[in-house]
Amino acid sequence: MKRRKERIDRGIKARSEDIFALSSYREMLYLLVPRAIPVVGLLGAAPFLSPYWQEVFISTAVYALLAISWDMLISAGLVSLGQSLFYGIGSYIAGALNYYWGWSPLFTLPVATIGGGILCTIMLLPVLRLRGIYFAMVTLVLPLMLMRLVEATRILGGTEGLTGLTPFPNPLMSLYVIQIALLIALFGFRRIINSDYGLIVRGISDNDRSVMSAGINIYWYKTQVLFLGASVGSFTGAFGTHVDMFAGMPGFALDYAIMPVAAAVVGGMGTFAGPMIGAFILVPLSEGLRALGALRIVFYGLFLVIFVVGLPEGLFSYMQRKYHQFERWVHVE
Amino acid sequence: MSDTTPLLKVSNVSKSFGGVAAVYAVSFKLNEGELLGIIGPNGSGKTTLVNLITGFVKPDKGKIEYSGKNITGWAPYKIVSLGIARTFQMVRPFYQLPAFKNLIVPLYSPRVKKLAGGKYGDRDAVALDLLEEVGFERDAHVSYKVAGSLPQGYLKRLELAKNMALRPDLVILDELFSGLSLAEVASIVPIIEKLRFQGKTIIMIEHRLKELFRIADRVMVLNYGEKIAEGSGKAVMESESVKKAYLGSETA
Repeated sequence: MKRRKERIDRGIKARSEDIFALSSYREMLYLLVPRAIPVVGLLGAAPFLSPYWQEVFISTAVYALLAISWDMLISAGLVSLGQSLFYGIGSYIAGALNYYWGWSPLFTLPVATIGGGILCTIMLLPVLRLRGIYFAMVTLVLPLMLMRLVEATRILGGTEGLTGLTPFPNPLMSLYVIQIALLIALFGFRRIINSDYGLIVRGISDNDRSVMSAGINIYWYKTQVLFLGASVGSFTGAFGTHVDMFAGMPGFALDYAIMPVAAAVVGGMGTFAGPMIGAFILVPLSEGLRALGALRIVFYGLFLVIFVVGLPEGLFSYMQRKYHQFERWVHVE
Repeated sequence: MSDTTPLLKVSNVSKSFGGVAAVYAVSFKLNEGELLGIIGPNGSGKTTLVNLITGFVKPDKGKIEYSGKNITGWAPYKIVSLGIARTFQMVRPFYQLPAFKNLIVPLYSPRVKKLAGGKYGDRDAVALDLLEEVGFERDAHVSYKVAGSLPQGYLKRLELAKNMALRPDLVILDELFSGLSLAEVASIVPIIEKLRFQGKTIIMIEHRLKELFRIADRVMVLNYGEKIAEGSGKAVMESESVKKAYLGSETA
């Protein structure tokens, strides 16, 4: 006798999906609690962390933002290995404005966010027509090229980089800045992707010919998505620059390109919350494993492999499914 | 525009892929309100011809004019905005979305916005109406079902609804009937007749000759990328070259 797992939406999910049907606190809480967890968890935990863990938290949030930015690109079918491009550009823009003209972070952050978004979009515009691995290759190569360009031409401080930049007034404040940015990106992107606009974006990644035949200029949409992703990435770079009080070639480092992909895979692609959770698992884990010395990478890699094999849909997709649906075994003839 | 300007004029269009001519020096005209059938054996260049007209493939040679305007080599989305909409032979809906949400994509296009006078209106409601028009039973809530769970007959109708959502003047249907049962075809034919009644110009690529000949004004036959006959369904099937193309020559 064959068995098959049947999944059925919980009644409360169907009822609470239509906002007009909300009639009880239970239904409201059903919707509210999962959304409140990241808000309360992030902002509430900040003051209780030791300085060391505050630093870990900042770097976690940086990777989480990069992962969310990566997830935005993948929603439109743009496979990126170049979050380091966005990070590096944002970092150099903010760094240069601060170093040469003494702008405060209050101004460098927004300028680097928008400016970095525009600059990265223009750089990738010629290859926007490439798909899948071809686009990924270009995004991977660009930051490495720029890194060598800085080294060879000695512009922007060359190999030394720009040092002595203005830091945030205190670590707690920088923690709040990045966490609020993270929450805005998380909820903002989720809202965008669930709108009709987001439906077109997801449609492009699913079946671009069908979207083209619907009279929609898919390259214009891809450009917009690229700008959104690149802006968030550039913001991250600008933020990191002020935290480290340094802008330099490490901004283009491969770490910033690989970690977001790993986080998205562990957490579940296309959900934004997934990549964020992924980053919040992987970065602290990597810190916690420091005690193991050289074996750290081995255990880290092992964890990644087990996760990807055991839960290929990603942690968040799994949790979401358990939350919204109940399962039962049914016999199939 | 004078009466003699055809809606669509394809002159001497050729396209080859890696040395093989998929379409070779094909010319034809299509007047407003006409229904043209395109038939031919597999691989005779029918779908390539559609791709050429709709801009998915650029011709090597030749010219395509739509109501007097040269649209050769235009991008697909621009051609749609003029009022040419196509369906795909292989339906590939967004499987994880409910059927009516599939229509949001065409309903979001600039053309629909322009025709609606600059505002979109309630897209979900329009989508549900359109699906009812192509035979999604409203009482049975078929429109709310995930597209991946629908049988082929509904998916083909969904494809037709996506096309109608764009409110095109020229409708191109690429093998809409393929893979459907006789009963399903019989239920779609009235929808096409209704489109004609609304004054739409239609091109149908079809293998179901019987159903096609009943509704087509004119039929064009392609073989190895070349036009070998044109005329009424009956006349075309009696032509020697068409018999050869379909049945093979006796000496072969």
